[in-house]
Amino acid sequence: MMRIWRSNRTRRAVAGVIAPIAVAAGTFASSAHAEWALNFQKPVTPIAHIQYDLHMLILWICVAIFVLVFGIMFYSLFAHRKSKRAHAANFSHSTKAEVIWTVIPILILIGMAIPSTQALIMMEDTTASDMTIKITGYQWKWRYQYLDNDIDYYSALETPRSQIENNAPKEEHYLLEVDKHLVLPVNKKIRLLITANDVIHAWWVPALGAKKDAIPGFINEIWTQIDEPGTYRGQCAELCGKDHGFMPIVVDAVSEDDFNAWVQNQTSQ
Amino acid sequence: MTATTADQHHDHHPTGITRWLFTTNHKDIGTLYLWFSFTMFIIGGLMAMIIRSELFEPGLQFVDPLFFNQMTTVHALVMIFGAAMPAFVGLANWQIPLMIGAPDMALPRLNNWSFWLLPPAATLLIASLFVPGGAPAGGWTIYPPLSIQGGMGVDFGILALHMMGISSIMGSINIIATIMNMRAPGMILMKLPMFVWTWLITAFLLVTCIPVLAGAITMLLTDRHFGTHFFDSSGGGDPVMFQHIFWFFGHPEVYILILPAFGVVSQIIPTFSRKPLFGYTSMVFATATIAFLSFIVWAHHMFTVGMPLTGELFFMYSTMLIAIPTSVKIFNWVSTMWRGSLTFETPMLYAIGMVFLFTIGGFSGLMLAIVPADFQYHDTYFVVAHFHYVIFGGTILGALGAVYFWLPKWTGHMYNETLGKWHFWLTVIGMNVTFFPQHFLGLAGMPRRIPDYALQFAEFNMVSSLGAFLLGLSQIIFLINVLKTIKGGEKASDRVWEGSTGLEWTVPSPAPYHTFATPPVVK
Repeated sequence: MMRIWRSNRTRRAVAGVIAPIAVAAGTFASSAHAEWALNFQKPVTPIAHIQYDLHMLILWICVAIFVLVFGIMFYSLFAHRKSKRAHAANFSHSTKAEVIWTVIPILILIGMAIPSTQALIMMEDTTASDMTIKITGYQWKWRYQYLDNDIDYYSALETPRSQIENNAPKEEHYLLEVDKHLVLPVNKKIRLLITANDVIHAWWVPALGAKKDAIPGFINEIWTQIDEPGTYRGQCAELCGKDHGFMPIVVDAVSEDDFNAWVQNQTSQ
Repeated sequence: MTATTADQHHDHHPTGITRWLFTTNHKDIGTLYLWFSFTMFIIGGLMAMIIRSELFEPGLQFVDPLFFNQMTTVHALVMIFGAAMPAFVGLANWQIPLMIGAPDMALPRLNNWSFWLLPPAATLLIASLFVPGGAPAGGWTIYPPLSIQGGMGVDFGILALHMMGISSIMGSINIIATIMNMRAPGMILMKLPMFVWTWLITAFLLVTCIPVLAGAITMLLTDRHFGTHFFDSSGGGDPVMFQHIFWFFGHPEVYILILPAFGVVSQIIPTFSRKPLFGYTSMVFATATIAFLSFIVWAHHMFTVGMPLTGELFFMYSTMLIAIPTSVKIFNWVSTMWRGSLTFETPMLYAIGMVFLFTIGGFSGLMLAIVPADFQYHDTYFVVAHFHYVIFGGTILGALGAVYFWLPKWTGHMYNETLGKWHFWLTVIGMNVTFFPQHFLGLAGMPRRIPDYALQFAEFNMVSSLGAFLLGLSQIIFLINVLKTIKGGEKASDRVWEGSTGLEWTVPSPAPYHTFATPPVVK
């Protein structure tokens, strides 16, 4: 697999010049591991869903305004060039036009602010959670403490040095594999307490829509509720030193029964 | 008549190195700033080439992760403080006296010192790469506690920033003093050319926000060496406080980089549209509004630090407001072109390219303002794409356009139009191939500031690197074109452009060493 992928890479790079044009035409892909991925990973939590919807809403509004404004500009560049019009008009202001194009953006912005405010209020509500996990960032690994179950372990990069130094073929989850995954039950509201022990890190899993800075001396909180079982991968998002690029996060979302069995297994060890 | 004799006498200036070391002439100092800026642009660009080479493929090929972090950090510091800001101070030195009919800057000796602080500061910053522990590697934002961990290179960086900051403050005081006191009779403020207006506002931003940066990095220095705990939570300090102080400087700084470029575009577009600037008054007020707003939006750079809901809402709304004055400016530029008589010489191409590409960065900025979505975008390549569209697409294209626009006035020769157009198109293509795919990388989940990445990001990274190499190489054309123009070429007329308006086009090309010894009268 890896060999084919490598030999095709140059050809794909050439195709990459064309890809942005495909985007302009409105073909959006969202699969997490598709190559040439153009958009967010597939959302699996209420927060990630609402982020995705807001993102697409704002994006399309921006695209529409962009096409309109620059459509007019490029028409002008074509129609009002000197070879077609020897003499320029001489107007230099229009109060009516200026009022209109000040008011319209205000209305559009209000239209954006309302759903954003609602989403934010929902996202910041960490009350009524079913369980709490404390996450601590270290240079360069994560520590997970299940405060309700007395489970406590570290989670660090598992990709071998040889792959990073190009002495061995790279696996599918190159740089996104850890020795011990964070195991979470699906359909439970989980409160995550996030802090750090040395410098600032940020805990981020894109499919969960969860990103928060891990700051020494402070405890931040976010919540997540995963819809479907699966493995979700993320990385530290705040520059934290030499191995910032090498402290990934892997979340296993499992059914409640599987989660209880896992807890049993962990606590009996 | 005596004035004329005196002029001729003063045209004899010292020659050789002393001319440049001791000069108090705004044109000489402007030239020094511009060459310094270009040198830094090349040095910072080479660092970008190292970054993009390492990111060409997954795996570690050329540099180790710590050196990679030094490259991203120093690339940013060199480009912002060494290339972008001095480029516009250079343009201000050359053009503000010419545009307001002043014989020179108000404070010529201060002007000399402002410039000559920069080369030692830049030397110090670059030298940090060669001290034990290497250069600052905590990002240009130098967040503690990470920046507390760094070696003496961080102290080099702090001292360099202090010196560059002092240089900027003095340069700004000079610009304010010049514009307030040295305008030609009849040139009331509301008749100032837009480039001068934007610089006046920018200078006020600089004198307000640079001391805040100086405070932040001084506290960082005492935390590092003198046992204070301003930013150390184990000693009762607060690492997030640094971010608040830094971005209180950092956001106005972003507008310091872009506002003079707005000014340049507002000079170029009317010239090549052969039509007055649309909405001059609203341009001035929009610029002032942007400047004011820049002081109340800083925390949008740090939405993920865990602010209270009300704080997040305030900074989201205030940030969204910036879209209004900014869109007023864009509509005004488009309206200036509307029903004009347009030609597309190289400066005009740069101005149109700037409006187009800056707006892409503006839209991604609006997306970043939406806090719930920002939680996904924050600290990803989406942000990298955003600020390169704004700073390269806006600031750098604006500066390049300005050089092509005024080079005939400075040298007395026309630049080579064919080379200029090649430079424009290769730069714009290179820039878009480099930075557009970075939007996708960020959305798909690639964090910024990493030396190696997961396999799903391989394709767009390779495209981005290829674009970066093209972008880097195309700047050689610019250097060749400028050098050729200095040496010779078609003689430029005094007006240079058919649609020229403004005092700078009333003096001969090349502009004599001393201009406006007798102030012109503006009707």
